[in-house]
Amino acid sequence: MTLCSYCHEREGVIKLTQIVGGQVETVQLCAQCAAEKGIQTPATMEDTPIGGLLAALSLETEVAASDATAESPVCPGCGGSLQDFRESGRLGCGQCYDTFGEPLRELLRRLHGSAHHTGKAYHAPGTPAREIEAESIDRLRERLKRAIEQEQFELAAELRDRLKERE
Amino acid sequence: MIDLDLLPDGGLGWLEASGPASHLVLSTRVRLARNLADRRFGARMDAAERREVLDQVIQAAGTTTGLGHALVVRPDQLEEWDNRLLLERHLISRELAGLGDRNSITTTRALLLQNRAAVMVNEEDHLRLQVLASGVDFGACWREVEGLDTELGQRLAFAFHSAFGYLTSCPTNVGTGLRASVLIHLPGLVLTKEINKTLHGLTKIGLTYRGLYGEGSEVVGNFFQLSNQTTLGKSEGELLEHLGTIVQHVIGVEERARQVLLRDAPAVLEDKCWRAFGLLRYARSLSFEETMNLLSGVRLGVSLKVIPNVGMYALNKLLVFSQPAHLNAKAGRLLDEEEMAIRRAEFVRWTLEEEVRRGQGA
Repeated sequence: MTLCSYCHEREGVIKLTQIVGGQVETVQLCAQCAAEKGIQTPATMEDTPIGGLLAALSLETEVAASDATAESPVCPGCGGSLQDFRESGRLGCGQCYDTFGEPLRELLRRLHGSAHHTGKAYHAPGTPAREIEAESIDRLRERLKRAIEQEQFELAAELRDRLKERE
Repeated sequence: MIDLDLLPDGGLGWLEASGPASHLVLSTRVRLARNLADRRFGARMDAAERREVLDQVIQAAGTTTGLGHALVVRPDQLEEWDNRLLLERHLISRELAGLGDRNSITTTRALLLQNRAAVMVNEEDHLRLQVLASGVDFGACWREVEGLDTELGQRLAFAFHSAFGYLTSCPTNVGTGLRASVLIHLPGLVLTKEINKTLHGLTKIGLTYRGLYGEGSEVVGNFFQLSNQTTLGKSEGELLEHLGTIVQHVIGVEERARQVLLRDAPAVLEDKCWRAFGLLRYARSLSFEETMNLLSGVRLGVSLKVIPNVGMYALNKLLVFSQPAHLNAKAGRLLDEEEMAIRRAEFVRWTLEEEVRRGQGA
């Protein structure tokens, strides 16, 4: 029996291959340590689609909470806490997205590979035209930056032309 | 019971099998999740707030072209079997129909139906807009649902964040709020045992698969629902293009698997298709699951031209109308399991008999 590389107590049933500093490293983990590290296994994935990620998220917040006792934020919009979110997997209102800041951003990055919307822009009825114009320039800049990062040069050229027209 | 004739196109426009690749892909669906600004989301709303959201949405929808003449269905005022019927037509979610397992929201829900559009109000999100079309047709679905979204967004203030986009109750939907899917028939991959490899491959490239009735449902009759997994970081166009490319790839892989079967085991394949046809044509009692599996065999036979004189439209109709709630609706009462199996076999038998007679006459 191979022991878990982390707790050295339980049987290592999950083989994790990582690339660390250019070296391929294989470790054996027990189910519990794997879950604590937020590593998805077929079992956790079937449970709830974001179960493993939420478990990972809760780990971070529990650490944060023990550092600064009772500092866990409560959303002013709906009264929901991170704990509520962890249990239900649902956010209570739009403000939660700002209230839970970095842990939520991290979750979005893990779920979607990004925490930035690049799709359809929206302006609520009654938004002044000036604001719409300013925001769309900001969005174009943001998209251009990302296109260059992702080496999508054709898209980048198109976005650059559109920016020039606006500026 | 609900009057089926009142439903706009019965929610069955996709049955006609007129869309691209409709011998393989039954339907395409594109849905958008939206919430109203400055309001709590589904699970956290109290009854008064839910009422306000519902009134606001219905009033706004009434002045749009896309939903101005919509039929407003109130699932909480329907019998359970009527809700099941809407679910069987893919017009409503299990949750909105009040058939969910856990923490189902049971009050102040509505379903707005007009042409190919179905809008759920007060589900997990305040609004779920969907358009369903025949075959693979992401473009048409997107244009229609986007039109609805624009019209509603001009009348209602949506919850939108400069970084995260459209805000949703579940973070798996945030950003575009877009979930696009196809219901695809993959018997070739199942028979050649390539299906697990293919599905596993799909999950690696940002797709997810489900059974006939969406999330949490089982795969029956070799029908798979393929959809995008992520909603944030890519534009709607990029998400749909990616999904479209992959669906075309899956269609190609399925077609190849069928050619392999035809080449290497034509007798086995033909026997399988005709046996399925024979059972459906003459059986006196059929369970739902058996019917779905046999229909899969016949569908394969028809699309490979092994079985003549049967059209995809008839097969699609059988798929929908042999479901339990549809058989109850047809009988005008709740059937017990035994009666239902008999009625189902009768309906399948007559439909195929009629189809063959029509096919031979034509």
